[in-house]
Amino acid sequence: MLKTFAKGGVHPAECKYSEDNAIENLPLPKTVSIPISQHIGAPAKAIVAKGDKVKVGDKIAESSGFVSANIHSSVSGTVVKIDDILDSTGYKRPCIVIDVEGDEWNETIDRSTELKKEFKLTDKEIIAKINQSGIVGLGGATFPSHVKLSIPDGKKINVLIINGVECEPYLTSDHRLMVEKAEEMLVGIQILMKALSVNRALIGIENNKPDAIAHLTNLVKNYPGIEVHALKVQYPQGGEKQLIKALIHREVPSGGLPLDVGAVVHNVGTAFAVYEAVQKNKPLFERVVTVTGQLVSKPSNLLVRIGTPITNLIEAAGGLPEDTGKIINGGPMMGKAINSLEVPVTKGTSGILIMSDGESRRKKEATCIRCAKCVSVCPQGLEPYLLIKQVQLEKNDNLEQSGVMDCIECGSCSFTCPAGLPLLDYIRLGKSRVSKIIRSRKQ
Amino acid sequence: MSTTLLFTIISLSALGAISAIILYFVAQKFKVYEDPRIDLVTEALPVANCGGCGYPGCRGMAEAMVKADDISTFYCPVGGNEVMATVAKILGKEAIVKDPLVAVVRCSGSFSKRPRLNEYDGAATCIISSSLYSGETGCQYGCLGLGDCVAVCKFDAIYMDFETGLPVVIDKNCTACGACVKACPNKIIELRKKHKKDLKIYVSCVNKDKGGIARKACEVACIGCGKCVKICPYEAITLENNLAYIDPNKCKLCRKCVEVCPTSAILEINFPPRKEKESNAENIETSKTSEKENE
Repeated sequence: MLKTFAKGGVHPAECKYSEDNAIENLPLPKTVSIPISQHIGAPAKAIVAKGDKVKVGDKIAESSGFVSANIHSSVSGTVVKIDDILDSTGYKRPCIVIDVEGDEWNETIDRSTELKKEFKLTDKEIIAKINQSGIVGLGGATFPSHVKLSIPDGKKINVLIINGVECEPYLTSDHRLMVEKAEEMLVGIQILMKALSVNRALIGIENNKPDAIAHLTNLVKNYPGIEVHALKVQYPQGGEKQLIKALIHREVPSGGLPLDVGAVVHNVGTAFAVYEAVQKNKPLFERVVTVTGQLVSKPSNLLVRIGTPITNLIEAAGGLPEDTGKIINGGPMMGKAINSLEVPVTKGTSGILIMSDGESRRKKEATCIRCAKCVSVCPQGLEPYLLIKQVQLEKNDNLEQSGVMDCIECGSCSFTCPAGLPLLDYIRLGKSRVSKIIRSRKQ
Repeated sequence: MSTTLLFTIISLSALGAISAIILYFVAQKFKVYEDPRIDLVTEALPVANCGGCGYPGCRGMAEAMVKADDISTFYCPVGGNEVMATVAKILGKEAIVKDPLVAVVRCSGSFSKRPRLNEYDGAATCIISSSLYSGETGCQYGCLGLGDCVAVCKFDAIYMDFETGLPVVIDKNCTACGACVKACPNKIIELRKKHKKDLKIYVSCVNKDKGGIARKACEVACIGCGKCVKICPYEAITLENNLAYIDPNKCKLCRKCVEVCPTSAILEINFPPRKEKESNAENIETSKTSEKENE
């Protein structure tokens, strides 16, 4: 029997339309707008000014704290302005706008495609390199990777978990990466293992990607310590806590982090980015984005420079379908609808999903009849129906006791609710209120 | 038969009488003393239980006022100065006197003036909408039109105008309790000084974007041109972050700013219609002054 996590979970239709389409390079856009905040934590500080010339891979914004990340130019050209531009968060945020002129790369970047297996850096040097290269979790949460690798004193890590689950329906960017860049990824995993000083790494892949599982199982024979595990298809297995439970049967305590149970989780995309950063000296300025949807004429996996407007990606996938109702940044479960086609691709953009008007409409809200379906699907063992009542009545103390901060925002509750209640929307609001209270308590 | 009935009546009455005596003594023994003034003050308050004073209901405020030595920090916005004077008399303390206020919705971005660029289909409350994204229009500061302010108003003083998509305050019902001000996530609603005859002049916009962007998103946005600041004879208008603000305490309702505003973002409400001649004369004057300035 295949492994999976213990509590809750749902199984939405998989709809992986683009799983067989190889990664293609997207032609360079005319201008890019690179947000200075593409990660969790403090926004970076822009270090270029209007009129500056930049090359591909030049640092244009500097990390402004421990939990922050550097930002590099994804194109060569001239900085036109630094202005507030609507980005995928739905709000106007400061972006560095660059007019593209040619494609001149920073000389230090190794542009050859040959596989480079040997590395000599020490663990500290690797973490510093990852920090320099602005690598963040590419699974979607965009948590700065060097923070995850810097283990505080007193904690011991004995296993590295690599997340190749891609449990979100529609998305295939990680899947393609595992098929096409497997060797590079495995070297990346070795580098991460060295940085954490562990000798065991587990790659978790859901069973709906048999080609990736077969390919990687075949390759890991040459890489001691790395194992590939096929997992039952169940959403949200790609959540850190769920994946740890599925692979090594450890439960992350409430309010805790994976490192409390001796594990660190990284995405396959991150492992590949680490390979490129350490072996090729290439900072994170491009990523694979899936452009997909039922109506999309050519569902694709595109290698895109950060900052490219989404409209370019949609053009490459066959143009915007006529009956488009909603465009989602990310997958259908956790992604967020975007309200402009000019929104730039960021480090966290794993997919662009186009939904028809009919598909995207919400169910009409009805009354909660306490059927408790939301309770049974919650992978964190929370009671969503209760939480939203507490949010609506602003019972913030009760909310905290009910464990609202343990919610991973997977959206299984909203997905399953027969009354069509916007459970997750309210829970998210409650989380933001409670986290404000917790923060003020600490000060 | 009759004896049974008699027996029942007697035993039940005896039981009742004994219980009553026990209850009486228990009530005497465990009596909690309560300041009788609390009841008096509660009666004097409007008993709207709106929470506008910051206390949980009118009784909560009454208890706090009876305990406090100085009641100048308390104010019931619903009852106003009259009620506060009555309360002060009961307690023998001195209450503060405040100018009456009224809630004002500072957004004129109706459907026709502020085009909708996308459609929001989520939970129908402003607070959720604002936590998700910048809104249906190009203006991320303005009214979201989902009516959180209407839902919290206990006095039927605010309603949603479905033709414009904006909330409207009914001045005579508004008690300035501030519930709508707290409920609005975009902080559009402001409590402003109530002038005579409900006359109002205010900048009906909260957009802090630069002029061009603001104007593109909404026809009646404040573009921060500063014309009103220059013309105001009482220095009541300030310009900050591309947004003009009229201080209601300094404003003398001369209406000069309304005339110069190029986007009609400044509203005059409840004023009698202007006499044509006068306004013409004023216009000429203002154009002359602006010409001079240009020179």
